[in-house]
Amino acid sequence: MANNILIVPEARDGSLRKVSFELVTVANEIAQGLGGAVHAVVLGNEVSASAEQIAKTGIAQVYQVDHAALQNFAPEVFTAALADVIRKTQPAVVLFGATGFGKELGARVAARIGMGLVADCTGYKVEGGTLVLTRPIYAGKALATVKAKSLPVMVSIRPNIFPPASADASPAPIEKIELSANAARSQVVEKVQKEAVAVDLAEAKIVVSGGRGAKNAEGFETVKQLANTLGAAVGASRAAVDAGWIDYSTQVGQTGKTVAPQLYIAAGISGAIQHLAGMSSSKVIVAVNKDPDAPIFKVADYGIVGDLFQVLPVMNEELKKVLAEK
Amino acid sequence: MNVVVLIKRVPDTETRIQIKDGKVVTDGISWIISPYDEYAVEEALRLIEKYTGKVTLLCLGPVDAKETIRKGLALGADDAIHLNDPAFEGGDASTTAVVLAAALKKMQYDLVLAGKQAVDEDNAQVAIRVAELLDLPHVNSVIKLDLSDDKKSARCLREVDGDRDIAESSLPAIITAQQGLNEPRYPSLKGIMGAKKKPITDWKASDLGLDPGTIGASGAKLEVVRVDPPPARPPGKLIPGDAATAAKELVRLLHEEAKVV
Ligand SMILES: Cc1cc2nc3c(=O)[nH]c(=O)nc-3n(C[C@H](O)[C@H](O)[C@H](O)COP(=O)(O)OP(=O)(O)OC[C@H]3O[C@@H](n4cnc5c(N)ncnc54)[C@H](O)[C@@H]3O)c2cc1C
Ligand SMILES: Nc1ncnc2c1ncn2[C@@H]1O[C@H](COP(=O)(O)O)[C@@H](O)[C@H]1O
Repeated sequence: MANNILIVPEARDGSLRKVSFELVTVANEIAQGLGGAVHAVVLGNEVSASAEQIAKTGIAQVYQVDHAALQNFAPEVFTAALADVIRKTQPAVVLFGATGFGKELGARVAARIGMGLVADCTGYKVEGGTLVLTRPIYAGKALATVKAKSLPVMVSIRPNIFPPASADASPAPIEKIELSANAARSQVVEKVQKEAVAVDLAEAKIVVSGGRGAKNAEGFETVKQLANTLGAAVGASRAAVDAGWIDYSTQVGQTGKTVAPQLYIAAGISGAIQHLAGMSSSKVIVAVNKDPDAPIFKVADYGIVGDLFQVLPVMNEELKKVLAEK
Repeated sequence: MNVVVLIKRVPDTETRIQIKDGKVVTDGISWIISPYDEYAVEEALRLIEKYTGKVTLLCLGPVDAKETIRKGLALGADDAIHLNDPAFEGGDASTTAVVLAAALKKMQYDLVLAGKQAVDEDNAQVAIRVAELLDLPHVNSVIKLDLSDDKKSARCLREVDGDRDIAESSLPAIITAQQGLNEPRYPSLKGIMGAKKKPITDWKASDLGLDPGTIGASGAKLEVVRVDPPPARPPGKLIPGDAATAAKELVRLLHEEAKVV
């Protein structure tokens, strides 16, 4: 039996999310270990451009399920579409991005096909003819090593960990597959426009977070300005979120987002265990805090004991200079 | 209306996870209802306050999970089912979902609420799997829930990866809670006292007609080989000087040494 790997790229607003190309990198290595080819399935409405893009990453085959019923997310319709492709192609491993979309769709499809799903993995290896994955648990307070007792298995891969494959190879064939079911009992009916804070927290290279030390919504602007200069995503501690200075969706930590950017700047955040859980695997951590005993300094690579209202504006001006020279 | 809430018992988020011989040490841990499940419980209570009916908690967990179930009853839930059988232990998300689905098949409900994820293993899949196994629609990661007047459908505001959308579903359905759905209440003294008298029914594999080979460790498709502490971080540098000097030096270090800006 061929041990093919099927990846599920994520088409969003007409193009593919970056994690889709990271999946190619992971799939190539797994395919090498197991002895198989890499296939991709692109699901959505009018997703030819996305299918063509992923076809150019050096993979062997692309399947495209294109239908108006896949315009907005509808769990049952997407599940039916993906389950059909899996049944038809019998992959040994199905790879998703560990995004909201990938995790949700993966769970439902895994149940339909009766497969195990190892969610949110940050490491993988092929061993003894199966997959052994590592994944953070307790929001990063520990790392679990999980083995698929047998194949096939489904895996979701955390974004931003593996390098994306480039899309400059000669294109793989694209096969169109009909959608078998298009009635849904639950579905997204409307996207809600939000204020343009553009940089997605989970995928950001740099995150600048503020906590209770920002004092109020106005004070939090100092944090946002620094993020803006850096092209970074804005994050927050739960204290800042609960105080209403910034939206819930920016909370970093055990009950918020888990992030692992190249650079994480924590300003006016004490470093409670729930916050640390969500950001401790960042590559470089900077802490700015008035209290030299704040636990955040235990995980920081660079720390400044000082007032964020004095430190951040100077950083902001200095960074503008550095970035202008680049 | 009858609302069933899936609750999981997890270590208090304050817990420092200790690891010995590749396993998490659970002795001395204080346990809580997983925070997202707490939002689900709160939402169920509010629905019942508005529409009348009954809130039933459904929990798969070891014998002493009962203590955590009581905490949910103290908040105001009416009764609970405890899926309590050593045969359930050592399973994975797929076997947990099989057991929960089998239990729900024996129950009557108009709506099932759950958490977006349990904050121990962070799987974010059990509730969705249950929906699929029961052939129910689901809506994931909800921060606002409104039922239609006839209670036959729900309109949900969702928050996913920082984006928001509105999803509609017919009922019954499984709806999972994301932070922001509500502000969970604290138990009242009366609630805590009253919880002692509320019924918790135990169900075992045999009560659900489940073959022990398909559940728990023997039915699991995944095996946790070991658990390790996260890699230690190298010691950091405190940058001396007044605020302006330190800030400038920090930017230099980020640029020249760490090369991240
Ligand atoms: C179930 C549960 C789940 C939780 N989940 C999360 C989570 O996911 N994420 C999360 O973040 N928290 C979470 N928490 C909350 C967590 O326990 C802390 O309460 C929270 O992280 C504290 O936020 P903070 O660091 O901003 O505030 P504080 O702990 O109050 O710290 C503020 C810091 O700012 C410093 N400061 C004050 N003024 C200045 C200034 N001018 N300049 C510089 N520094 C200054 C202070 O020295 C202090 O260290 C959770 C709690 C519970 C119970
Ligand atoms: N053992 C369990 N008992 C009851 N509900 C559970 C259990 N495990 C998971 N759930 C429910 O499923 C949701 C998602 O869990 P998980 O997939 O483990 O992250 C949780 O928030 C609970 O609502």
